[in-house]
Amino acid sequence: MKARAFRYVRPATIAEAFDAFAEAGGEASYLAGGHSLAPALALRLQAPDVLIDIAHIGALRGIVLDGDSLRIGALTRHAEALTDPHIAAHAPLLRMAAPHVAHPAIRNRGTLGGSVALADPAAEFPAVMLAMGAEMEIAGPDGHRRVPAEAFFLDLYQTALEPGELLVAFHVPIARPSHRWAFDEFARRRGDYAVIGAGVMLDMDGPTVAEARIAFLSAAATPVRARQAESCLAGRLLDAGAIADAQQALAGDLDPPDDEQTPAAMRLHLGRVLLGRLLGGLIDNAAVAA
Amino acid sequence: MNAPLGALDRPNSYIGRSVSRPNAKRLLAGKGRYVTDLVLPRMVHAAFLRSPYAHARIVSVDAEAARTMPGVRLIATGGDLARICQPWTGTLDHFKGMKSAPQLPLPVGKATWAGQAVVAIVADTRAQAEDAAEAVMVEFEELPPVIDIDAAREPGADRVAEELGDNICFHAKLDTGGIDGLFATAAHVVEEEFLFGRHTAVTLEPRAILADYEASEERLTVHHATQTPFQFQDLYSRHFGIPEAQVRVVAPDIGGSFGMKLHVYHEDMAVVGLSILLGRPVKFVADRIESFVSDIHARDHRVRARMAIDAAGTIIGMDVDDVTAIGAFSTYPRTSAVEGNQVIRLMGAPYRFGNYRAELSVVFQNKVQTSQYRAVGHPIAAAVTERLVDMAAARAGLDPAVMRERNLIADDAYPCESPTGYRFEALSHQECLARLKAMMDYDGLRAEQAVLRAKGIHRGIGIASFVEISNPSPAFYGIGGARISAQDGAVVKVTPSGEVRCLISVTEQGQGTETIIGQIVADQLGVAREKVRVITGDTEVTPHGGATWACRGAGIGGETALRAARALKANVLKVAAAILQARTDELDLLDGWIVDAVGQQRLSLADVARIAYFRSDTLPPGTEAQLTVAHHFAPQGYPFAFTNGIQGCHVELDAETGFVKILKHWVVEDCGRIINPLLVDEQVRGGVVQGLGAAFFEECLYDAAGQLTNGSLADYLVPMACEMPDIEIDHVETPTLDTILGAKGCGEAGTAAASAAALNAVNDAMTPFGATIAQIPMTPARLLRALGRI
Repeated sequence: MKARAFRYVRPATIAEAFDAFAEAGGEASYLAGGHSLAPALALRLQAPDVLIDIAHIGALRGIVLDGDSLRIGALTRHAEALTDPHIAAHAPLLRMAAPHVAHPAIRNRGTLGGSVALADPAAEFPAVMLAMGAEMEIAGPDGHRRVPAEAFFLDLYQTALEPGELLVAFHVPIARPSHRWAFDEFARRRGDYAVIGAGVMLDMDGPTVAEARIAFLSAAATPVRARQAESCLAGRLLDAGAIADAQQALAGDLDPPDDEQTPAAMRLHLGRVLLGRLLGGLIDNAAVAA
Repeated sequence: MNAPLGALDRPNSYIGRSVSRPNAKRLLAGKGRYVTDLVLPRMVHAAFLRSPYAHARIVSVDAEAARTMPGVRLIATGGDLARICQPWTGTLDHFKGMKSAPQLPLPVGKATWAGQAVVAIVADTRAQAEDAAEAVMVEFEELPPVIDIDAAREPGADRVAEELGDNICFHAKLDTGGIDGLFATAAHVVEEEFLFGRHTAVTLEPRAILADYEASEERLTVHHATQTPFQFQDLYSRHFGIPEAQVRVVAPDIGGSFGMKLHVYHEDMAVVGLSILLGRPVKFVADRIESFVSDIHARDHRVRARMAIDAAGTIIGMDVDDVTAIGAFSTYPRTSAVEGNQVIRLMGAPYRFGNYRAELSVVFQNKVQTSQYRAVGHPIAAAVTERLVDMAAARAGLDPAVMRERNLIADDAYPCESPTGYRFEALSHQECLARLKAMMDYDGLRAEQAVLRAKGIHRGIGIASFVEISNPSPAFYGIGGARISAQDGAVVKVTPSGEVRCLISVTEQGQGTETIIGQIVADQLGVAREKVRVITGDTEVTPHGGATWACRGAGIGGETALRAARALKANVLKVAAAILQARTDELDLLDGWIVDAVGQQRLSLADVARIAYFRSDTLPPGTEAQLTVAHHFAPQGYPFAFTNGIQGCHVELDAETGFVKILKHWVVEDCGRIINPLLVDEQVRGGVVQGLGAAFFEECLYDAAGQLTNGSLADYLVPMACEMPDIEIDHVETPTLDTILGAKGCGEAGTAAASAAALNAVNDAMTPFGATIAQIPMTPARLLRALGRI
């Protein structure tokens, strides 16, 4: 299990990274934390001519408050999502999801940008980006553009990133006092990819749900919004009836993969149980806030 | 520590003391020297092209392009290696009618499982060998794979090996008679169909081998991550036609084995052959993906079983049918029939009943081989027996613990024999049960369970007794014609500085064999433990012996060391008596000093050694200073030293999700004389974790085409610390009287019944739902189905 031989370059700037990519004629991969790429190289599932290590590009780092949004650099480590005070205050869902991501050794190296750019439907951070309504800042040879999370995840491991483009940062609308957040997942072992998981944001008007954003992981080929479930909740009192309706509606929202260990019916069932528990947990919070 | 006091129990005895492992710090510091760390001059690396199909004819191999790639030294096919290696067949004579096709390092003609090595590529680096492997073109013609155990046994089924006539490797029956009549008239009969998934060992260190053939001396040296160096010395000698004395097998540090590293693997034989063909050292280290498709797997049984009880809840008989699928060949040299054989013979072993019938079918299929892995057969026998006991208890209206109190063999009933023919010297089931109940507060847990059930919290309590096979005599393999030694040998010597070296044939894979041997030698000779160096794992250094497997390291290896140390002590005292002009029976050796009858230190061992080695001129004429002793010991008396114990498991079931949290696990076990309580507890805990892994997580999943679908550590779930409960352990000590030491094995105990206890616990938790499960691993999907949720 040895990678095919490759060249390694370490650009200092985004522009240098693009130059290296162009020079390789596109036969290159960007390396950040390496936790998905390195195994793929070892298994020879990927065999680029050049590995462009972007871990030293300063422009991809940093977590700064920018008006009513939080800019989170793509090289932010998973571990920083657990410790950064801006993330804790303004993007609490990221903080809630982070402990579920693998184990400390992996969180110390893995990057948010790497996780989101890979777009594994079983990963936590892509679903969290959806639930938070984040925008992806993408850099290409022709400049920067922004893509909402909804438009970013296209299909299994397919994103709006064009070959050679770099994910630069996430722009996350900051949490408001009326927001309620919850994240959880069911995993066979702590730190495993989840059988099903979900992040929830409720914008509360007293005991009533003004707006709901619910995103599931491991529920389809991409992280998915549960729009029908969200509609069941919008404008309603957050009570057992509303929750039951939202659980029922998930059948129209989720298209879970089917395999021997975890049949699709099981994922849907567990998705409903999970959603019920997450929303149920927010009833109390809503009452306290009201 | 409640064995009767004896000669081994003097104050400050090393035997019975928790001392740490001398090698632990080195290994923890990452300074272990494993086969993969070894670099030899002119060494090259092997990689293998593997069959993508479970069953396929090899039409052609085109390696022309690959041969010219950078660094490539040799590309070899099955035919190339068949010319220098005698084929092997995995059968034992005492398994009547057993059959298996002959095996070669690489197949000639067809591949019989997905992942089987087909072509060997040797290059200067492993990466170059893998580069070249991608350029080797093999044309396969797919054949229908034999996968399903029932379809495989149909007349006219597709065959794994055409020449065998059918897919049956071995068939056996046990019958005490009258079973049909007994079950027809019994007050209650419970029955169930049990499914046990395939799993595999997943050692931290994968298989690794470095073979070095020197043609000018016709010498073969193999550095091999194995438990059994002498077994492989014999096999390499006979299959490659090299005189035994010219073959050296060295087992350096080993990162776990659990039985997995004592079988003949095709890649290992290939690597030896490649070294012979090239005249260079050739290394192969299995990567994790290769390990999953080429290490032996284990278990994979379907057992249909029933138990009859009388109106009072007394077990009166069992009737068992075990079908087990073992892959394409029976493994060499220990075969793949031993597990099934032990399943049907260990069934019901802790209980007092006399009527028994069992049928065993061992079936070939197009998957990688299964064979001996920790607690061979025990977990299956324990799970079937203990689940049936719980079902019978429910039918009889008895609490599971009461059911066992009534039916476990009484502690004063020994010696006795099981209906399957096992002879028990002395076991302690009833005392273990009493201790377990007290330790886990069984009655308190039952009361808590009732309270919590009313609140919608579903906890389950499971208990499971077991019998473990240890200290096997030649009845295990020798009688079947396998050249696998049941004896061990030790050389113990005093160095000129008065220190001690013990060279012994048992081996170390991380469990602490060397530690306990050092304790025994130090104790019996009379020196500080730090003065004893134990050396294992090299056929050129230690006497011949069986090594470490089937829980024989402590019981047989330990007794060997004990007797060798006692013989050496007698020799030391003879020399000391000559020097001191005293009688040997007036002297003793204590903590490195020759002491007299009143305990006065007279002469240090170092001085005895100095005089013996450098000033023999000062000794009286005729004094023989024999400061090196060689001793061999083979078990006699009982064919096996059976051990016993009982386990308790406490779980909480999330009935909505099918997820189970293991709250706590308890073990009371009896391995006879305990040499090192710390290491015994580590063995038991590790074994329990492997058993709980089988119960909840581990399973090699195959699709209908015979492809392993979860062959990576991301998909094959080994138990991890976060999911494991605290494991509390207690001991009863019933030493075997067959040896001076009295030690029996403890390595299988944890694995033997952990899954059985967990199975009972989960079923107990599901009682309010009227749901049951009889399959491990108990995955959330299976539990949700059992609960009718999906």
